[in-house]
Amino acid sequence: MKPLLYLSDVVTLALDPALCNGCRMCTVVCPHDVIAMADKRAQIIHRDRCMECGACEMNCPTGALKVTSGVGCAAGIITGYINKTEPTCGCSSSGSACC
Amino acid sequence: MKTNQKPGFIAGSLETRAGMVPLVTSHWSFRDYLGTWKVRSSFGRDAYKVNPGLYAIGSPGPESDVFVSANYKLSFDVLRRGLEGISGWILVLDTRGVNVWCAAGKGTFGTRELANRIKSSGLEKVVQHRRLIVPQLGATGVSAHEVKAISGFSVRYGPVKATDIRQFIADGYKTSGNMRTVTFTLKERAKLIPNDFVYGKYYLLSALAVVVVLSGLYPWGYSLTKTADEGIRAGLNVLAGYAAGIIVAPLLLPLIPFRSFSLKGFVTGILAVILLSVFRLTGTSITEMISWFFMITAVSSFVMMNFTGSSTYTSLSGVRKEMKIAIPFQISFASAGLIIFLISNFTSK
Repeated sequence: MKPLLYLSDVVTLALDPALCNGCRMCTVVCPHDVIAMADKRAQIIHRDRCMECGACEMNCPTGALKVTSGVGCAAGIITGYINKTEPTCGCSSSGSACC
Repeated sequence: MKTNQKPGFIAGSLETRAGMVPLVTSHWSFRDYLGTWKVRSSFGRDAYKVNPGLYAIGSPGPESDVFVSANYKLSFDVLRRGLEGISGWILVLDTRGVNVWCAAGKGTFGTRELANRIKSSGLEKVVQHRRLIVPQLGATGVSAHEVKAISGFSVRYGPVKATDIRQFIADGYKTSGNMRTVTFTLKERAKLIPNDFVYGKYYLLSALAVVVVLSGLYPWGYSLTKTADEGIRAGLNVLAGYAAGIIVAPLLLPLIPFRSFSLKGFVTGILAVILLSVFRLTGTSITEMISWFFMITAVSSFVMMNFTGSSTYTSLSGVRKEMKIAIPFQISFASAGLIIFLISNFTSK
């Protein structure tokens, strides 16, 4: 199935190949196939598929990946704006209808 | 649901070196199905929880796998069902009743809670190995190398969906590309609609109240008869705009042009206006029709923009960029629509 794509050229994902140790962890945790291995180094192959979830940065042991992660959720951004906090999921509890 | 009563999914208990561990079944009872239906339809959304801690499934031993989950009961239930025929341990983290992905985003399904839960559950005594299987979507909150450093347990990320666990194990604990990728199929989108429809209820009710009340306004006073006569049609139009944004646009998502959600909602809003006009519901005067065009597209666009939170592929940077452009438009459209609506109201007999 063709992946759904959001706006192009907006995400903050950045990779410093010099720091990559080739552990492949980022390719395992990425839910949108954004990163692949090339010559034993991570490489961003589908940048516009990134949803800035932050899993790659979280699991990169050498700090080669950086991304400003957060909820890609308009309601969350509005809530954050009103409460003067970071964008926060409005969901009081559960459900996958949540960010 | 009260968590202090013994829930139906607990079949007994198992003695381990860390004490008694509740033994759960992979079977779903009527109550489990009912509970799932309730949270999906948003009747009983809050406090659908299980107690955090260690559980056993099948007849596990000290070498059996440990599967980590959240204490949202639906997350736990889906894992239980995915483990049918497999013996293992389930370590439930306290995510305050939130599912794995959301909780990982908030950090409650995270490195610290995992490390603490390993300690408090006595897992080190229960199993001899030092391996954990964490659902891949938990990786947003869990740092595998930090968990290893703190607890000595190595994290292996399992598939996104619990239904793939059996295949994941058969493949030597490796996830294939499909198992790792998050989809957003028609069925997955359809499941979200009941909750999302209810989620925006205050926006909907306020918008309904405004147009219904304004329907009765005359230049020289107020008529309740007019409210009754025209308020229903006005309310129906707002409801149609809401439905265009929260039902039609999410269902047709990939088929609607534009990547921005607010534009997708604008498109389905236009479709709603056309459909309503065919049935003469947008009024007979051209001014009123124009007013409904503005109001309905504004509502649909705004509501669909909020669906970014339910989608599985929008980024924070993208949504911010979209909102910067869309919100001024939505406010202008809604205001223009209301003003023209009043003008049309005042000029009609």
